[in-house]
Amino acid sequence: MLLILQRDEHFLFINMSEINIVDAPPGTEGPGYFATSLDKVIGLARSNSLWPLPFATSCCGIEFMATMGSHYDLGRFGAERLSFSPRQADVLMVMGTIAKKMAPVLKQVYIQMAEPRWVMAVGACASSGGIFDTYSVLQGIDEVIPVDVYVPGCPPRPEAILDGFQRIQDLVKNESGRRRNSDYYRDLLGQYGIK
Amino acid sequence: MEETTLNNTIHVKLTEKFGEKVTAVSEPYGLLTFVTYKDVIVNVLSHLKEELKFNFLTDITAVHYPGKEHGIAVVYHLHNMVEKVRIRIKVFISEQNPTIPTATVVWKGANWMERETYDLFGVKFEGHPDLRRILNMDDLGVHPMLKQYPLEDPNRVDKKDEFFGR
Repeated sequence: MLLILQRDEHFLFINMSEINIVDAPPGTEGPGYFATSLDKVIGLARSNSLWPLPFATSCCGIEFMATMGSHYDLGRFGAERLSFSPRQADVLMVMGTIAKKMAPVLKQVYIQMAEPRWVMAVGACASSGGIFDTYSVLQGIDEVIPVDVYVPGCPPRPEAILDGFQRIQDLVKNESGRRRNSDYYRDLLGQYGIK
Repeated sequence: MEETTLNNTIHVKLTEKFGEKVTAVSEPYGLLTFVTYKDVIVNVLSHLKEELKFNFLTDITAVHYPGKEHGIAVVYHLHNMVEKVRIRIKVFISEQNPTIPTATVVWKGANWMERETYDLFGVKFEGHPDLRRILNMDDLGVHPMLKQYPLEDPNRVDKKDEFFGR
């Protein structure tokens, strides 16, 4: 593989020169200055450096491992660094069946995360209970914590997980800086019994 | 045929010891199966373990037969690892008062099996050192393998009959 790349020097050269940088947010530009709103700058920074907390319990977790691997590479979206501590995580990615006995644990992990925090339900089980319509399985994690993005599939392919992650990025990018202090948000958490 | 004669020997020895208390003997798929009663179950189990060398307790579980007089069958599976023979013992107990003496006095390993059977079927093993739920969450409130409780979760919202042609 290495040999082929070295022989095709043109290909190698093109690759090295193509470094993607995110576009600047909409704003007013002039000689020597660029003006935009603080929310947009913060959103830009946050959305491209999200630290996911993988809460993987079953096959969706395996798909996530593929998503983190070199072929799909979630790192391309600024999420190279996984956080296994909820304290430092931005996105809780729930991947797999959540038994009712696990529900308090999941809620605890969510509560331990610092604001702002987002939640992604990956796969049918996390979204709705999936095929496990039974007394012991939580019928969707939105019974215990608020969810921002649902990724369908059983399990979803890595492309779908990447797409879901980009939907999270969109939310992060466009979120108002005051949202987390709003009455609406407080009421939303209140529905789940979270202060 | 060897297996069957071995089963006969075990059956004869059990009948010698327990007489009328060993009933409904059958051999489905070559597995010696009989029914006994809860007043002698611990004696039967320890006799099987000590005298007939059924040293290994494979499983304890239960079956619910709603509407029968003794609606809950507690089922014991034992394994004689020397003779390579297995055996199955059933005890039918009442649904209203599902109690049976614990087998933890014979096998320590019965502890978690009995907790599981309690969790799922509500069978109360008298004398068990720590009889509480083992698999389900503590506040489930029901013993879900009893047939009066629905298998499906009532909170499910997307399973509408029209999608399933019902």
